[in-house]
Amino acid sequence: MSTMTYAVRDSTTMVRRNLKHLLRYPSLTVTVIAMPVVFLLLFTYVFGGTMGAGLPGDLGSASGDPRADYLHYLTPAILVMTVVAVAQSTAILIAKDATEGIIDRFRTLPIARSAPLTGHALAAMVQTVLGVVVVLAVALALGYRSDASVAGWAGAVGTLLLMGWAVTWLCLALGLASGSVEAASNAPMPLILLPFLSSAFVPADSMPGPLGWFAEHQPFTPVIETLRACLDGTGPGSDAWWAVAWCVAISAVCFAWAVRAFGRARNG
Amino acid sequence: MTTPDTPGTPAIEVAGLTSSYGDQPVLRGLDLTVPAGTVYALLGPNGAGKTTMVRILSTLLGADGGTARVAGHDVRAEADAVRRSIGVTGQFSAIDELLTGRENLRLMADLAHLPRTEAAARATELLSRFGLEDAADRRAATYSGGMKRRLDLAMTLVARPRLIFLDEPTTGLDPRSRRDLWQVVRELLADGVTVFLTTQYLEEADQLADTVGLLDGGRLVAEGTPAELKALAGGETLDDVFLALTGMEQNR
Repeated sequence: MSTMTYAVRDSTTMVRRNLKHLLRYPSLTVTVIAMPVVFLLLFTYVFGGTMGAGLPGDLGSASGDPRADYLHYLTPAILVMTVVAVAQSTAILIAKDATEGIIDRFRTLPIARSAPLTGHALAAMVQTVLGVVVVLAVALALGYRSDASVAGWAGAVGTLLLMGWAVTWLCLALGLASGSVEAASNAPMPLILLPFLSSAFVPADSMPGPLGWFAEHQPFTPVIETLRACLDGTGPGSDAWWAVAWCVAISAVCFAWAVRAFGRARNG
Repeated sequence: MTTPDTPGTPAIEVAGLTSSYGDQPVLRGLDLTVPAGTVYALLGPNGAGKTTMVRILSTLLGADGGTARVAGHDVRAEADAVRRSIGVTGQFSAIDELLTGRENLRLMADLAHLPRTEAAARATELLSRFGLEDAADRRAATYSGGMKRRLDLAMTLVARPRLIFLDEPTTGLDPRSRRDLWQVVRELLADGVTVFLTTQYLEEADQLADTVGLLDGGRLVAEGTPAELKALAGGETLDDVFLALTGMEQNR
C-alpha cells in the first residue's frame, strides 16, 4: 500500500477511536450543544424584541413582529456559534491526549503524523452535524423559517462544515500548544467572543468607526453573511469567496501548525 | 512490519550523544552499544538522564549532538524506519482509558496494519498472555495500576517489535507484578528481542541485564556485566557499586 493509503487507513482508525470517546462521554456533546441552544433562547426571548425593533428596514420589517425578525437574523449566527463550540471542545480533547501519555505512543509509531489529529478533526465534523441539526430543530420550533432551495441548504451545510474544518484545526493547534487541559479550555476563548464583533448579532455598519471596520472585515462576517444568503435563498455574492478564502487559508496554516505542535508535544 | 535484522548490526549504537534542557546539560557525551538479542539496563538515580536517553532513542526528542542509530537507522534522519523496529513503554501509562483493554490492543493492531482476523487474534492472544481476559471488555479506566502497566506493555508488543524500550517499567508496582514483568522480559529475550530498560532498582538490573550501564550526571560512569561491575567496586552487590561510583562522581 502507498503512503497515502496508509495515511487514510490510519486516520480512519483514529476517527473510530474518537467517535467511541464521544459515545462514552456523551455529557461532553450534550454540554457543547446546550451552549448555543441557550444562546438561541436568550437572544430570542430576552433581547429579541428590542434587537428586532432596531434592525434596519430591509432586515427588520419582514414579518411585522420584531422578535420573529430577530430570530430570523440570529439563527445563522447561532449555527456558527455551534460550530465554534464543537471546535473548542476539540482543543480540550487533544490536550487531554497530550497530557495522558498516549500521544507519545502515537508519536513512536510509523504512522502519518497527521493521523491522530485528522481523527479528532473528522470526529468533530460528526459532532458539528449533530449540533447543527439540534440547533436548527430548536430554531424551527421557535418559529424560524427558511426560503432556501436544495442548493441553498447544500451551500449552508457546506459553509458550516468548511468553517468547522478551519476552526477545528485552529483549536487542535491551540490545544497542543497550550500545554495543559486547563489552558486548552481557555485558549480558544477569543473564538467565542469574535462572532460578537461581526455581523452575527447586529449589522456591522451599526457599530462605530474602527469597530465597524473590524466587524466588516474579520472572517466571521463573510461566513455568516454567506450562510444568511444561502438560507434566505439569495445569492451570497463576494461574501462567499471571502468565506471560502478565509476558511481555506486558516485550515492550511493551522494544519501545518497543529502537525508541528504534535511533533513537539511533551507529555506531562 | 519489522525490518529484517542485518546480522551483526547492533540494536543500538550511540556515540558522543549530548542533550540539554535549556542551558542545563542532561547528557554529556554518551557512548554505548547494545548487541541485538541482549538486555541492556541503564541504571541511575533520579535526574541522571535515563528518560532523556529513551526519548532520544525512541525518536521522541532530538539530541543536541552526537549520533544515535537504532536497528541500523539514524534516529533523526530515518525516524520512520526506527519507529518500524521499536516498541516503547514509557514511564507514564500510555493507554486509552475510555477504551476497553481489547479495544486498546485492536487500536494498536489496526495502526500496525494487521489484517482484521489477525488483529483480533493478536489482541486475544496478548490479553491471555498478560492475564487480562476477564477484564478484556471493561474500560481501562477501571483497571488497577498493575493491570494498566500490563496492558501498556501488551500494546507495545502488538506489532512484534524487535527492540523494546522500557522506561522504569516496574516503578510503583507491587513485588508480584514486578516479578511477572521480569518474566515477560525473559520471554522476550528468549524470542530474540532486544530490550533496553531503565531502572533505579539495582536488583532489577542484576536479575535481567546482560550489560548494565551506570548513568550519573549525564555520563556513563561504569559499564559491564553485573558481575564485572561488582568486581570493579569490590562490593558484594550492585548497591555497593552504585553508591561507590555515583559517590565518586559527586566528589569529583
